[in-house]
Amino acid sequence: MRTWKFGDDIDTDAIIPGRYLTLYDPNELAAHAFEGTRDEFSQEAAEGDIIVAGRNFGCGSSREHAPIAIRGAGVQTVIAVSFARIFYRNCIATGVLPVICPEADTITEDEPIALHFDEGYLTAGERILTVEPVPAFMRKIIDAGGLVEYAKNITEIELCTK
Amino acid sequence: MAATITEKIFSRRCAKEISAGDVMMAPIDAAMIHDITGPLAINKFREMNGTAVFDPAKIIMLFDHQVPADSIPAAENQKFMRDFAAEQGILNYDIHEGVCHQVAVEKGRVRPGDIVVGCDSHTCTYGAIGAFATGIGSTDMGFALKYGALHFRVPESLKLTTTGTFQNRVGAKDLILRMIGDLSVDGATYRAVEFTGDTISEMSIPARMTCCNMAIEMGGKAGIVAPDEITRTYCDGRMDDGWLDLAPDEDATYVLEREYDAADLVPQIAAPHNVDNVGDVTQFEGTPVNQVFIGSCTNGRYEDLKEAAEVLNGRKFAPDIRVIIVPASRTEYLKALRAGLIETFVEAGGIVEAPCCGPCMGGAFGLLAPGEVSLSTSNRNFRGRQGSTEAEVYLCSPATAAASAVTGEITDPREVA
Repeated sequence: MRTWKFGDDIDTDAIIPGRYLTLYDPNELAAHAFEGTRDEFSQEAAEGDIIVAGRNFGCGSSREHAPIAIRGAGVQTVIAVSFARIFYRNCIATGVLPVICPEADTITEDEPIALHFDEGYLTAGERILTVEPVPAFMRKIIDAGGLVEYAKNITEIELCTK
Repeated sequence: MAATITEKIFSRRCAKEISAGDVMMAPIDAAMIHDITGPLAINKFREMNGTAVFDPAKIIMLFDHQVPADSIPAAENQKFMRDFAAEQGILNYDIHEGVCHQVAVEKGRVRPGDIVVGCDSHTCTYGAIGAFATGIGSTDMGFALKYGALHFRVPESLKLTTTGTFQNRVGAKDLILRMIGDLSVDGATYRAVEFTGDTISEMSIPARMTCCNMAIEMGGKAGIVAPDEITRTYCDGRMDDGWLDLAPDEDATYVLEREYDAADLVPQIAAPHNVDNVGDVTQFEGTPVNQVFIGSCTNGRYEDLKEAAEVLNGRKFAPDIRVIIVPASRTEYLKALRAGLIETFVEAGGIVEAPCCGPCMGGAFGLLAPGEVSLSTSNRNFRGRQGSTEAEVYLCSPATAAASAVTGEITDPREVA
């Protein structure tokens, strides 16, 4: 397992450049993930790798290609100080776990990370860092493995008007 | 309980009192999909065992990012969406009408008080007419297409009040850039941004669209202006005018309030590579540019083009730069054409393209080479967005873009017109 560390305000154009948005296959998108920003990512990222980032990860476009590219490269977990709103939702919808950790920017690439999401913390090397819980509704979608899996099995939804 | 515009919209839609922080499954009044994020949304709809969309009349479909299709995959994606529209009975504006956000509003497909989702981050533009509109991803859209509803967490709101009158050649774009510069690119994350004050009340709907469009650039879930007489006039004949009585209560709760004096504002520039890297145009004067782009869902409307033509005032564009003008919609294009603006731009040496997103996303044309500089009226200056990751994009108003297109370097529009 390898940790890929990024800074603040990593936008969706950096995660997957606009010229690849005609693609939808996770593997094809993964081949261009972080192209021009961190070229070795698409070559070297492997299943189980983790992305760690600063503030506002995933800002910019609503393009779901971004979390799909990350997931296609093998990354199931993104730990950041904060996430842009649409990207955060897209992660949950596509089966990437977005973990909000206010001290994520202190984590280094050579510290082993162990995530204890349900217990509300992670360890980075010897250090214990707090992670924020997700709302109950979001948790249901995560536990189903994404919004498609969640939505497949429901025939009726409970609207707020009821 | 005192409520923000956003809380009022959700409360009315849900027929019960709703407050910021509430999470619910709310019905949606319209859903917009375009050529980039649409095919994936349709795939997700199918993967969710969707067979018939919830209401074809409430789905807005068009192509704007890669038009006419600029590659075989783009052509395939558009064909896929055309087939879906035909199968489901959805009106597809195809490549004929222009940029999604402009078309959705000008065709009367969204109304004040509506809850609208779109597969594009700048869907927040529709807040200009008092809709709660927000950008979502394709899987969320697949769900919305199937059920006509989506889960929302009702956001807290920011209140940004602007009073006074702008200086000549200063306007909505300069104001929103200044606000993003102050609040930062994540200053409004997960919040609705209410724009208010007499400056906003006097703004046209297109100018309000410019402000609401860029709420996402401070992280906002929505940007919104309370509907008023200007909204009513705009809606007239275009749509039934929905719920106009959405003015926020005076004692509504805001997580942040800021006040701006329009008279103090000078033309603004967002320098590479973040939208909050904002300063007065005077700090950047003399920066040489290779390409000027006037258009996009932020600033491609008739009044933007008119402002640019007025600043141009019969002069030619600098000979060694490319000036690309792209009207936001067919309607706006025709207005500009009939007013002589298109002739003005072409005579000045500009290239006028048919309505679409243009170089904004770096999709179809107008890409930058390494080392080149673009000055753009669009909404994002992220590294690599308009071509090479070694190129630079500066953002500005149509007036500043036109002034700079004449001189070939970043220029204060107050000095040339």
